[in-house]
Amino acid sequence: MNHKEGHPEFLAHHFAEPEQQHESAKFGMWVFLLTEILLFGGLFLAYTVFRSWNPDMFYNAHLALDRTLGAVNTVVLITSSLTMALAIRSIQLNRKKHSMYFLIATLVFAAVFLVIKYFEYSHKIHLGQLPGKYYTYTGIEGNNPHIFFGIYFAMTGLHGVHVIAGMIIISWILIRASRNHFSHEYYTPMEMTGLYWHLVDLIWIFLFPLFYLIG
Amino acid sequence: MNTIESPNYMNAKKGILSWLFTLDHKRIGILYLIGIMAAFALGGILAMLIRMELIHPGQDIMDADTYNQVFTLHGAVMIFLFIIPSIPAALGNFFLPIMIGARDVAFPKLNLASWWIFIGGSLFAVFSMYAGAVDTGWTFYTPYSTKTGTAVISMTLGVFILGFSSIFTGLNFIVTIHKLRAPGLTWYKLPLFVWGLYATAIIQVLATPVLGMTLILLILERVFQIGIFDPAMGGDPVLFQHFFWFYSHPAVYIMILPGMGIISELISVFAHKKIFGYKAIAYSSLAIAFISFLVWGHHMFVSGQSEIAAMIFSFLTFLVGIPSGIKVFNWLTTLYKGSITFETPMLYALSFLFLFTIGGLTGIFLGALATDVHLHDTYFVVAHFHYVMVGGTVMAFMGGLHYWWPKMFGRMYNEKWAKFAALLIFVGFNITFFTQFILGSQGMPRRYYNYLDQYQPLHAFSSYGSWILGLGFLIAFIYLFYAAFKGRPAGRNPWGALTFEWETPSPPPTENFDKDPVLRHEPYDYDKVLVERTYPEK
Repeated sequence: MNHKEGHPEFLAHHFAEPEQQHESAKFGMWVFLLTEILLFGGLFLAYTVFRSWNPDMFYNAHLALDRTLGAVNTVVLITSSLTMALAIRSIQLNRKKHSMYFLIATLVFAAVFLVIKYFEYSHKIHLGQLPGKYYTYTGIEGNNPHIFFGIYFAMTGLHGVHVIAGMIIISWILIRASRNHFSHEYYTPMEMTGLYWHLVDLIWIFLFPLFYLIG
Repeated sequence: MNTIESPNYMNAKKGILSWLFTLDHKRIGILYLIGIMAAFALGGILAMLIRMELIHPGQDIMDADTYNQVFTLHGAVMIFLFIIPSIPAALGNFFLPIMIGARDVAFPKLNLASWWIFIGGSLFAVFSMYAGAVDTGWTFYTPYSTKTGTAVISMTLGVFILGFSSIFTGLNFIVTIHKLRAPGLTWYKLPLFVWGLYATAIIQVLATPVLGMTLILLILERVFQIGIFDPAMGGDPVLFQHFFWFYSHPAVYIMILPGMGIISELISVFAHKKIFGYKAIAYSSLAIAFISFLVWGHHMFVSGQSEIAAMIFSFLTFLVGIPSGIKVFNWLTTLYKGSITFETPMLYALSFLFLFTIGGLTGIFLGALATDVHLHDTYFVVAHFHYVMVGGTVMAFMGGLHYWWPKMFGRMYNEKWAKFAALLIFVGFNITFFTQFILGSQGMPRRYYNYLDQYQPLHAFSSYGSWILGLGFLIAFIYLFYAAFKGRPAGRNPWGALTFEWETPSPPPTENFDKDPVLRHEPYDYDKVLVERTYPEK
């Protein structure tokens, strides 16, 4: 069974038509996002357990986080989701240049997020507000405040790893876009990247109130 | 007519690299088969060593610390490297696309990646043998796993990586079954093996990420002492058990559901009769997958969870018996008044019926609160687990391997040797493990290096059985290996089966079919098709 006449270049040999390939990719991506939610789900469960055991300690410890920086980062990430969506919209309209600009904007916002996160982290490392045996800070009342920071660093750290992975994938999509791999007929990889990026954004939207806005 | 048809997927391209970087699901299935066979051999040797050591009380061939490492490695290798990937990743990869009339899985590159990830994770796990073999048991319970000096990080990192391989396989199968079925092949016309793989894939995708998270937390606990599993630091070791079993109980259904799928194929093919209760079997797979997420607490009846939680988990555990029973009774009813023939795959299928039923029933004993307190952490649990996993999954795997071997390699194995090996395996298995039910009910604890003299005769009996079992597997692998290269050509359909994979040449061409498969009948229409073959209309 050779490739049929008029088989587009982007269509893999085992699919009958582009529609089937696109639908498969989309479905597979949603299943993958489900696994991501369950991966974070374990940490959300740990958060729930320890907060329900130590409600006062969690309240006291969360005051050590900087609400302003957290809020700014939330806005930054939501905006990056918007630019990601606009990049996809542009390629659907065959505006390659616009699409690339929006991808670059997404990358810039992601970098801003990480820079702000870096300042937050280094401030906490400086004060000794760290997980487990590295916790040396003394200004928080309640039992075992190191647990709050253990969960905080585990969750925001895993989220940060996802932001970095997202930046790598978006850069790859940007390179492919510059090589004219995408058009209004075929933009599946960009759309899948967008889905992933929205999930990364969505997880932060849950992390922000759970850590910064207790009580 | 019985010749090796060429070109086929095996000789289409040449060179080792054309195998290691192939995107062909059949070749990836073969690569997986080689990988899991190596793991099975390693885990099997470790098992033989355990039985050797336990033949007498006290030290025979290894000291107590080495013994702890050997049984841990046996468990971890057999579970994470062999039995979880065995049927889905090897046989499923090879046959799922062909059985639904597709040319490949939905994401061939992801499929190849999953094999490389499997190899990478396996290397980490095996490396831990050199870096100070883990001695925690395959369950990695805290607090011991955070304190022991052995290479817990290397092993758990390996298992974490293997988890991704499992997730990618499951994801690929779900999308393939949804989107790549041949025209006209609706859900209720799918072979039941496909239903089994589908239910398995759902568990792989939903449960494995939680194990990944658990192992990351365990590694963080070891490296940074974040304290969430350490009571001295305000943490809770039982939380680890909850996390662990939330994955690892569903994982035993990852291991058994594909095996049940194979049994549904074998019983119908070799009874030459339409499968009884198709929809009941299909839906009971999904029911098992669903219930599997709700029963993890039955591993923790004596871990200090609340009584009400224990009662609920016990009740939910009994529910698993319903869909399992539905399957067994449907298989039995299929056999009833069938024209049964006893080729080797059928011998394994019948072994499965017999052994899995014992494994399942003893599971009910363990799910009952009061009896579990008596039997918890004894050899009764070891015997139950091996009846389900070896008596169930491995029997189904061996049955599937013999059933599809002629399709995979185009050549037939030696039926006499095969029957002899099947007999040795069945007898050896029962001698080894039925004995352990008795040991356990008499109070012999699991994982113990030493024991009282009163247990010695039964322990020795069990060890003798392990030699018969090991010999059976050894013979099987020798003649199967021989058959792959030197057996007589098998032809397209040596069993007279009706699913799609038997319509294509053996071995299949790279694109799976020489002509587009056409749905002429449903997968188990033996009543109709046998009549047509016997009394063809002019």
